[in-house]
Amino acid sequence: MTGRVLLIEDEQNIAEAIRFLLSRDGFEVEVQRDGVAGLQAARAAPPGLVILDLMLPGLSGIEILTALRADPRTERLPVMMLTAKGQGRDREAAEAAGVSVFMSKPFANAEMRAQVRALMGM
Amino acid sequence: MPISALTGTRLRERRLALGLRQAELAASAGISASYLNLIEHNRRRISPALLEDLARALGVPAAALQEGAEAAILDELRSAAAAVPAAGAELDRAEDFAGRFPGWAAALVQQGLRAAALERVVEALNDRMSHDPHLSASLHEVLSAVSSVRSTAAILADTEDIEPEWRERFHRNLHEDSERLAAGAEALVAYLDTAGQAEEQGIASPQEEMEFWAAEHGWALAGAETSGLASGAARVLARAAVAQAEADARALPEPEFSAALAELGPDPSALAARFGSGVLAAFRRIALREGAAAGLVICDASGTLLLRKPLPGFALPRFGSACPLWPLFAALARPVSPIEAVIATPGPQGRRFRVRAFCQPRHPGGFRGPELREAAMLILPEPAGGEAALPVGSTCRICQREDCAARREPSILTG
Repeated sequence: MTGRVLLIEDEQNIAEAIRFLLSRDGFEVEVQRDGVAGLQAARAAPPGLVILDLMLPGLSGIEILTALRADPRTERLPVMMLTAKGQGRDREAAEAAGVSVFMSKPFANAEMRAQVRALMGM
Repeated sequence: MPISALTGTRLRERRLALGLRQAELAASAGISASYLNLIEHNRRRISPALLEDLARALGVPAAALQEGAEAAILDELRSAAAAVPAAGAELDRAEDFAGRFPGWAAALVQQGLRAAALERVVEALNDRMSHDPHLSASLHEVLSAVSSVRSTAAILADTEDIEPEWRERFHRNLHEDSERLAAGAEALVAYLDTAGQAEEQGIASPQEEMEFWAAEHGWALAGAETSGLASGAARVLARAAVAQAEADARALPEPEFSAALAELGPDPSALAARFGSGVLAAFRRIALREGAAAGLVICDASGTLLLRKPLPGFALPRFGSACPLWPLFAALARPVSPIEAVIATPGPQGRRFRVRAFCQPRHPGGFRGPELREAAMLILPEPAGGEAALPVGSTCRICQREDCAARREPSILTG
């Protein structure tokens, strides 16, 4: 399994914090800030884990997740979904689309890092 | 005539339908807004003289606020009992109960009404939480900033050997996010607070805020200052209204417009033809001027009212949908066809108005885009007598026309 994480998040400051934390934990982190570019990056070189924001410009997190699950190359990829709307229908939609782990913003760094390690099989 | 326990409720419904604030109505009757508030919530009995004054200010006969009160109490008692069927209230003895214990009956009715009013508030707030894009976007903005602050601050607190350039970048990010958080929190507070409208339990919408602002400017909006509005959403609406008013003033400029209006009268088609402008622009120019004796309502294809400029005596609904018999909606179904009618409002002192309505479709996306429709209805005072009038109302809840074929829900004014 590769130690590469694809982070699709349009909030630059959150992306920087996550990139810093995961880089320190030894992961290689690629950041994409747009849904369409993020999906292309995941298809072009499937990473070990995708961290996906729910509300993105271009394509929503749910749309990206659905597309990943429909493609044999990415259907088993672990996907962590981040969202500021951690409740109810969004959560249900993400679960129905096959999300691996759901993380509500604001999250604790330690919890996020532990989930990433678990999803990467470490 | 004894004054009914529900007179306050009816006063309040009527005032809200007219879009009047408590302070405005109270001032016109020479009482304080807080006293009116107590009356409206049926906590003070109102004297016959004060009732007369308030009824006059609301444009209804005092009797309309009381008629059928006894029957209304019985209905309210029955519906209060129906809400708790397990209690086994003796429905066949409601009249007996109200007659023997009028105070207890009134208390029960008021509790029932209060529960219903609270349910409506909860419903409105729920609806607002789940469907209001403005609120949802504001909350998202605040939560995003909080997330970033939390992660970044924890990194700075927990990482001892952080490189100077990262530390500097995170400090900058923290500063940016705290500014963003402050702005987001302020916008949320302004939106939820709906400044100065606490008496309406905070259910004023950005549209109402914009209309109140427009009324304060005498509806002459070209060049009007929008920064005084409390919520960002209302400022967006107000800026759009200002831009529209300025475009309309260029299409139908002064002093030629006033001269043409004096010559042709408030006829949007004739004025639009004279200036080569759009017909809806002429509607707005006629009604949205300082001192114009004309009301105006504008709706989109769903029938949602986008703008409500009231005219004394013609109540415009604040919540819910308008009377489906308005010629505005006939125009919506027949685009680009001018419709003129004389309408009459309900009640013994119902008034007559001449209305002109027109619907203009637009295709901003060209051949492949959707058709958007906007319809306008100009409301002009009409003298008594003359041609037969189309009976219409404001909205079903406060309309007295019991056997109207278009009725959607029961009225609170009929017992």
